[in-house]
Amino acid sequence: MASQQIKILMVAIALVAFVFIVPQSGSFVILLATRAMAFGILAMSVDLLLGYTGMSSMGQAAYFGVGAYLTAVLATKFHFGMGWDFWLVVVLGILIGAGLAALFGLFAVRAGGVYFLMITLALGQCVWGLAYRWNSLTGGDNGINLSGRPNFGLDLGNEVIFFYLVFGFFAVSMLMMYVLVRSPFGQSLAGIRERELRMQILGYNTWLHKYIAFIIAGGFGGLAGVLWAHTNGHVSPETVVLTTSVDALLMVVLGGAGTLIGATIGTAIVFGLREYLSTLVPWWQYALGGVYVLTILYLPMGLMGIPSRLRQRFAQGKNEDSKKLATKPS
Amino acid sequence: MTSTLQKVLLGGCLALGLGLTAPAGAEELRIGFIAPTTGIFAQVGKDMVDGFQLYLDEHGGKLGGADVKFIVEDDQGKPDTGVTKAKKLILQDKVQMFIGGLLASSGYALAPVSTAEKTLYISSVAAADDLTQRQLSKYPYFIRTSWSSSQPHHALGQWACDQGYKKVVSIAADYAFGYEVQGGFQKAFEDCGGKVIQKIWPPLGTKDFGPYIPTIKADADAIFSLMVGPMALQFPKQLRGAGIKKPILGGGTSYDEFALPFMGDEVVGDVSALHYSAAIDTPKNQAFVKAYRTKYGKVPSYYSENNYTTAQWIDEAMKKAGGKWPGPEAFIKHMASIKLDTPRGPVSMDDMRNPIENIYIKKVEKKQLFGYEKAELWNTVIKTYPNVSQFWTYGKEKFLAQPVYDRDFPPCKFCE
Repeated sequence: MASQQIKILMVAIALVAFVFIVPQSGSFVILLATRAMAFGILAMSVDLLLGYTGMSSMGQAAYFGVGAYLTAVLATKFHFGMGWDFWLVVVLGILIGAGLAALFGLFAVRAGGVYFLMITLALGQCVWGLAYRWNSLTGGDNGINLSGRPNFGLDLGNEVIFFYLVFGFFAVSMLMMYVLVRSPFGQSLAGIRERELRMQILGYNTWLHKYIAFIIAGGFGGLAGVLWAHTNGHVSPETVVLTTSVDALLMVVLGGAGTLIGATIGTAIVFGLREYLSTLVPWWQYALGGVYVLTILYLPMGLMGIPSRLRQRFAQGKNEDSKKLATKPS
Repeated sequence: MTSTLQKVLLGGCLALGLGLTAPAGAEELRIGFIAPTTGIFAQVGKDMVDGFQLYLDEHGGKLGGADVKFIVEDDQGKPDTGVTKAKKLILQDKVQMFIGGLLASSGYALAPVSTAEKTLYISSVAAADDLTQRQLSKYPYFIRTSWSSSQPHHALGQWACDQGYKKVVSIAADYAFGYEVQGGFQKAFEDCGGKVIQKIWPPLGTKDFGPYIPTIKADADAIFSLMVGPMALQFPKQLRGAGIKKPILGGGTSYDEFALPFMGDEVVGDVSALHYSAAIDTPKNQAFVKAYRTKYGKVPSYYSENNYTTAQWIDEAMKKAGGKWPGPEAFIKHMASIKLDTPRGPVSMDDMRNPIENIYIKKVEKKQLFGYEKAELWNTVIKTYPNVSQFWTYGKEKFLAQPVYDRDFPPCKFCE
């Protein structure tokens, strides 16, 4: 328990340090950090499914996308959500994400393993198809441009203020998901991940548990989408495309599934390499690929697996030492 | 650390051009360039960068007397990433202007950045019509040096009438660029008496036209096609393979110099329209093609030429400004007032900041050109429409009164 408290303290310190250091750096870094945090919420929602419930969703971009498109459509067609009503859009974004997940969950959750993956992929592509082809609403391939960010006393057009806002959402989301996975409900999700049949025999309605987790993840996806729409002021089918889902999944795997923090670390690394390193060197893709391959080969638990692996190595070394000592003739 | 690394890497390519000593006090012009250098459009992105780079190298890394710091950023073909990179260029590198954006969607995403950040954006490829038409007023720091999607295809529609084609079936990639290209052709073609009797919209990226080719109506005189990327290679092959011998009238990207080297002899005789052909027989273009081919090992595409010309345009505008950066508004005025002689022919700017330029009707021929030994496929110019504006012959007011070309505009009156 004490070690858990230390971990929480470390995360809290890291977050505080982050929120103080980033605004001191250049405005491009602030922009990137804002984007990474918005996407980080999506990655954590994927982790909720992959790491805690054992469901690898390939369609998480769908909820992200509807959140983003909702924001953009409301802002451009109805001039809604550019003042105080931004908070209403946030709520609507969460609801539409959760609502869509509730619908898709009916089809997807009953399947498991690779079938779940295929169904979520297909449903995600449906949303992409709509975004791409429903020209009158989504602007098709050209997407939608938002004209500026909301201003409600606080001018979110200011990158630093927007950074703080997204940070707030990010931290609260992380806290909520943390509380969720530590709750009895979260524990039963972990039980389903480990052995669904046993949970069923114990009397748990595992379908309902998974369904609820799926909806919650969808809600966070929708929230991430609302924030994402405002980071660049542009929403296009690229937002909903399959690679967005895959990216989120890879980020979780890279950081370490079932840790939440791992998802955010994975997001930070991918954004750092893809959007920052790519401004410096042309071979950034090799770096990104290399990181993926090395992680899969040597860190099946993701980057968050490093401490335990070190501990293991350390403990092993000690054992060997003591063995040596033991076999040493006295 | 970052900036040194950047200087080393990006400046490396410029080192040759920049010369040994920049004269003290010369203005530094920082130009950001956004192109897909990775991903599926990487080769097109390379053509864009190479075109601009060629002009820079030919002019000692200077434009209008100012030393150029040329910073290339990779948008990976995604509008969203393009926006991030544009902001990086503006906020971190403090560029005076950013250029590029390949896809229409990139153009639409980048233009608002120029407004928000009050930084000049020059679209050197992205052709979305409305950027310089109905939406121009939103983008005061935007200017285009390339073309609008429908611009060459109005001319192609007229040309089709002149050939005596009465009924045409159109098959075009199903997205905004396809709508604008097809719309331009249909509008002009029907206004001079032609009839588009069927519109087929295969999705972008279609490689198997099997489901579409048999539906093409038999009584059509010709087929209008707008293909992009790998589609361009597949469509003519499969159409001829199916035994259909009708003439093809291609939208610009169906037969551009990017696709041509990979095509077989089945495309010989196909016609297309664009504002550039590598086979334009002028000394200026010949010199450009030879220089480009010597340096990069391939024939320049319109992507290369448009960016080469963009560099030339900036060069002339900077000269006019006396070698000092005059700010985006004044620079746009300078650019708009210049008439240039370029590889693609004479160009000037209309009052909606889109070029007025020659449109070439081109026929694919296999021949030797410019003294190259091998017989290759070239887009031989068979007719030139001089000084075509984005409004064709309709006049600005009348043209802008109609909606932007779309899947259903112009409506298919003659479809059954």
